[in-house]
Amino acid sequence: MIEYILGHYNYWIVIFLMMTGFYIVISRGNMIKKIAGLNIFQVSVFLLYISIGNVRDGTAPIITEGFTVYSNPLPHVLILTAIVVGVATTSLALALVVRIREAYGTIEEDEIHNKDQSL
Amino acid sequence: MIETHLSLLLVVIPLIAAPIVAILPNGRLPWLVTLLVSLSCLVLAIMQLWNVADGSIISYELGGWAPPWGIEYRIDVINAFVALLVAGVAAVTLPYALLSVEKEIPTKQISLFYSAFLLCLSGLLGITQTGDIFNLFVFLEISSLSSYALISLGKQRKALTAAYQYLFMGTIGATFILIGIGLAYAVTGTLNMADLAARLPEVEATRTLQTAFIFLLIGVAIKLAVFPLHLWLPNAYAYAPSVITIFLAATATKVAAYVLIRIIFTVFGASLAFQEMHIHWLLLPLASIAVISASLVAIFQYNIKRMLAYSSVAQIGYILLGIGIASATGLTASLLHLFNHALMKAALFMALGAVLYQVGSVALQDMAGLGRRMPWTMAAFVAGGLSLIGVPLTVGFISKLYLILAAFEQGWWWLIVVVAIGSLLAIVYIWRIVETAYFKPTSHSNVTEAPLSLLLPLWLIVIANFYFGIDTSLTVSVSESAANMLLGGKP
Repeated sequence: MIEYILGHYNYWIVIFLMMTGFYIVISRGNMIKKIAGLNIFQVSVFLLYISIGNVRDGTAPIITEGFTVYSNPLPHVLILTAIVVGVATTSLALALVVRIREAYGTIEEDEIHNKDQSL
Repeated sequence: MIETHLSLLLVVIPLIAAPIVAILPNGRLPWLVTLLVSLSCLVLAIMQLWNVADGSIISYELGGWAPPWGIEYRIDVINAFVALLVAGVAAVTLPYALLSVEKEIPTKQISLFYSAFLLCLSGLLGITQTGDIFNLFVFLEISSLSSYALISLGKQRKALTAAYQYLFMGTIGATFILIGIGLAYAVTGTLNMADLAARLPEVEATRTLQTAFIFLLIGVAIKLAVFPLHLWLPNAYAYAPSVITIFLAATATKVAAYVLIRIIFTVFGASLAFQEMHIHWLLLPLASIAVISASLVAIFQYNIKRMLAYSSVAQIGYILLGIGIASATGLTASLLHLFNHALMKAALFMALGAVLYQVGSVALQDMAGLGRRMPWTMAAFVAGGLSLIGVPLTVGFISKLYLILAAFEQGWWWLIVVVAIGSLLAIVYIWRIVETAYFKPTSHSNVTEAPLSLLLPLWLIVIANFYFGIDTSLTVSVSESAANMLLGGKP
């Protein structure tokens, strides 16, 4: 049992990070903090993919003499794409927050809600 | 040359045109290029559907890498049908866009606007073309990111918060899809959809696969705005620029519905989804609640764009009902409604866009007396409304007919009641506008009919609403053969 828990420590980290990020997205009213939470949420999935790609006793996937077992490089390639998508999402979200701050003068969700209601 | 690379060109032409349009000077040139691109996409999409209409499958290997190692574009009648819908809506929306965009978007952003529009088109077409599930995720993000940017260009400042909210919901949905793809890859070692479908039966009973399926299902459900994950949709549609509302309402949710159908029936297979996981007991109740509750909420909206957005949530419910029934008739109804709902929502949002162009508002009280001031626009709105309700001779009737037939085959009378209540509620919310526009004295004395370049695309779509409601040979035969292909095993 202990071995099972410790042996899968990377997956526990994935779940912990995922829930942390998700909780921040749900609970925070500050728009920048929400973006940080979303980033943590996405990064946890990157770790999940990298964990999947690991092959026991495998080395880096470069053909050299003396090694026959290699880790699977495909999840790493996929996650490079997902990282690019994540960067694009974050920059778009930050740009939106800049525009929201120009339009409302605040980046707190409850204050924005009040300003919309008072019109 | 064109024939062999057809399926790739459909995605690559708008993708290459997007950065070119971005560096063009602001004015009418970016619009012209975008129009030409979307017209050529429409021609290619028609050719593509023509090629696969007999049930054949086009397999295109990107860069000559053989599947399942390389990315494969795999076109059958379902892909070609949805691609034609997307390209067709884009080609009809663009003539409409010229004046509407000049009025709603600041001049210095026009070329960037069309550039983002092309990226969105490219992403949506890419989703329909690809046979690789990770490639699908990438195209989903291309279309989503560009639509967040497009929605935020709306005139009111609420557009910004709507886009921000959509960005969060959309990204969480996309990340769920990514988790699902990762878990499915972990148990099968492949990303090609056809290859996944072939390898999944070996690992069917594993917990990992079931988890992967649920993550994919929920991720797509967020993109599709399935009740109760629809909260991003009403604001996003209500505050986006008119052209974007028309385009997204008619295509984005339809493409998400296509992805859902593809994942359930082609990749994971109906037996896992319905016999083992019993997802119809998840889909059918949620879809029924969506049909009734979203229609009820729509009745109490005073922003008419927002009202139609809630009506979209209800209409997505009908599509889900057909998927949940999971019979050949049910799937035919879903695919039909996918196409038909795009036609009616495009007509309704185009009419509203014309009202916004002339009156400057889409609030209910500002539409008083418009029936006499803008007779052609309001007549088109009424025609679209009739189609939404499902009056005979319109497309709405055809899809509801098939849905009721499918429910009848199963003996699920309660489902027929749901469809009937949904239609009655649609009469109520469409009637509110008819009453205001035709039976109340006008408050604007100087409002005139919308310009011809707005009216022509609008009426083209309205005529399509009636044409495909009377001559159903194309839509029904394509939907039926697509449904049989989805249920009859592998593509």
